[in-house]
Amino acid sequence: MDEKTKKRGFHPVYLLLIVPFIALLWVPFYNRIEPQIFGIPFFYWYQTVWTFLGTACTIPVYLYEERKGK
Amino acid sequence: MSANPVALTVFLVLFFATAGLGFYAAKMKAVNLSDIGQWGLGGRSFGTLIAWFLLGGDIYTAYTFVAVPALVAGAGATGFFAVPFTILMYPVLFVVMPRLWSVAHKHGYVTAADFVRGRFGSRGLALAVAATGIVATIPYIALQLMGMQIVFAGIGLNFTLNLPVIGAFHDLPLLVAFLVLAIYTYHSGLHGTAMISVVKGILVYVAVLAAVIVIPIELGGYGKIFAAANPATLLLGHGTANNLGPQFSFASLSLGSALALWLYPHSITGVFSSSSRSVLKRNAFLLPSFTFALALIALLGVMAVAVGVKGMPEYAEGYRIFGNNFAIPALFLHSFSPWFAGLAFAAIGVGALVPAAIMSISCGNLFTRNIYKEFIAPDCTPAAESKVAKIMSLATKLAALVFVVALQSSYAINLQLLGGIWICQTLPSVMLALYTPRQLNAPGLLLGWLAGMVAGTWMAVALQFKGAVYSLELFGFTIPCYAAIVALLLNIAIAYVVSFLARTVSNAPLRDETAAEDYL
Repeated sequence: MDEKTKKRGFHPVYLLLIVPFIALLWVPFYNRIEPQIFGIPFFYWYQTVWTFLGTACTIPVYLYEERKGK
Repeated sequence: MSANPVALTVFLVLFFATAGLGFYAAKMKAVNLSDIGQWGLGGRSFGTLIAWFLLGGDIYTAYTFVAVPALVAGAGATGFFAVPFTILMYPVLFVVMPRLWSVAHKHGYVTAADFVRGRFGSRGLALAVAATGIVATIPYIALQLMGMQIVFAGIGLNFTLNLPVIGAFHDLPLLVAFLVLAIYTYHSGLHGTAMISVVKGILVYVAVLAAVIVIPIELGGYGKIFAAANPATLLLGHGTANNLGPQFSFASLSLGSALALWLYPHSITGVFSSSSRSVLKRNAFLLPSFTFALALIALLGVMAVAVGVKGMPEYAEGYRIFGNNFAIPALFLHSFSPWFAGLAFAAIGVGALVPAAIMSISCGNLFTRNIYKEFIAPDCTPAAESKVAKIMSLATKLAALVFVVALQSSYAINLQLLGGIWICQTLPSVMLALYTPRQLNAPGLLLGWLAGMVAGTWMAVALQFKGAVYSLELFGFTIPCYAAIVALLLNIAIAYVVSFLARTVSNAPLRDETAAEDYL
């Protein structure tokens, strides 16, 4: 990060953007069958649900930036 | 593959009416298509909703509709890496691309190479970035042509032509796909494509939602579908004490693809055509709705196995020619009534046409701005510029055609992964350069790029272009990793070290035409 970025300050809300990377790149966590939903193994529904959770992580950051008028 | 007249008619009407809408839209807008900013960037005018359709239509391609479900049908859980990939690319869009948009807007950049030239004052580095963009996009266009070819063949347009001199010509579906794309792109530009990407979005959602509701009902629920899947590939295999195994390669494919995606010329064209930074930020949480559709389509790959289309005699010919890439067309033909199968095929066909058009437009832009005007004819008129862009976009499509014929890959997805290896090597020059103006310079970036390209291509050749996961052997330890990531790490390391050395030996002033506030 260059000095310009440091001056603007870092708000913890940005940490939300890292959450999907941890949740989806730590594959051993979800490489399993149970628990199933409607007969769909965990591996498949977990990743599908994250399409919405990813959005849920981004919206607070967006709202923060809009409020700051960036 | 005999044609069902109802399916064929619905398909032809929808597909060609949509393509026709593209011509019409371009004419109605009364824009000057001889201006590269209009033909190639739509005048940077697209708001949140149109950008949602355009970026969605641009990013979710035959990769999504054909290649991913094919890999899931053939290889199981591995194919699902596309889901984390298309989730993780959005934080990247949110954080990185508004900066690139701002600096491009301020300085009138049309391509990533324009930015690199402005940031580092180096024509050589800009040339490297432009050439990489074109080379990496060609296999991606090839994947779209293959998608259209499979759709045309599956719907029944597969009769053999007996030509004088050449003899029997079997690849009529491929030829039709190529001609439709070529004629379409030449006449419509980005305005027309924005219009038909709206139609694409609607067709895709209708087809996908119908499929994930109708097919599980026919099969007796998701439990039965997964019970029919091959238990050996239902999950990823585990690593051993000295091999990180398929779980690691899965993660590396997701991450590498997510980093690569926004570097592609067609993604950057989509980003630059947006009317503001906020449009991009909003789309970082609106576009994942298409990722949800992608996940459902990936599940269709599992359903194709449960239905058993591969063993059905009526689809044997399609599987013989296209392998598992035929899984989704076969599933649609089997599960839907003919008219709806026609609609679903049109969704895939338009789904491949939209991105292929944007990809070849972007390659035209790159060649014209960063190679032709820079090195060949600096004083050419805007009309000549637009003409060269159109001719070059045709040339990239021809190259893609050669790719399809030469590399009939068992999995179409390998074409996209190959492009990813190359385009990732522009990440330091395009993305890191948005943040670290002082630590990086042209000599370092150029050498890093060179090392990454050589290493990446070498790994692809070692894999005979049939895969993209290279097994690194380090201290008796095996790391199966997407070659794009391996090459990128080497690239970044060399870029920083050489940049540091270049800075210490020479005090040449920075030739950066951009200022820190241009990025905000």
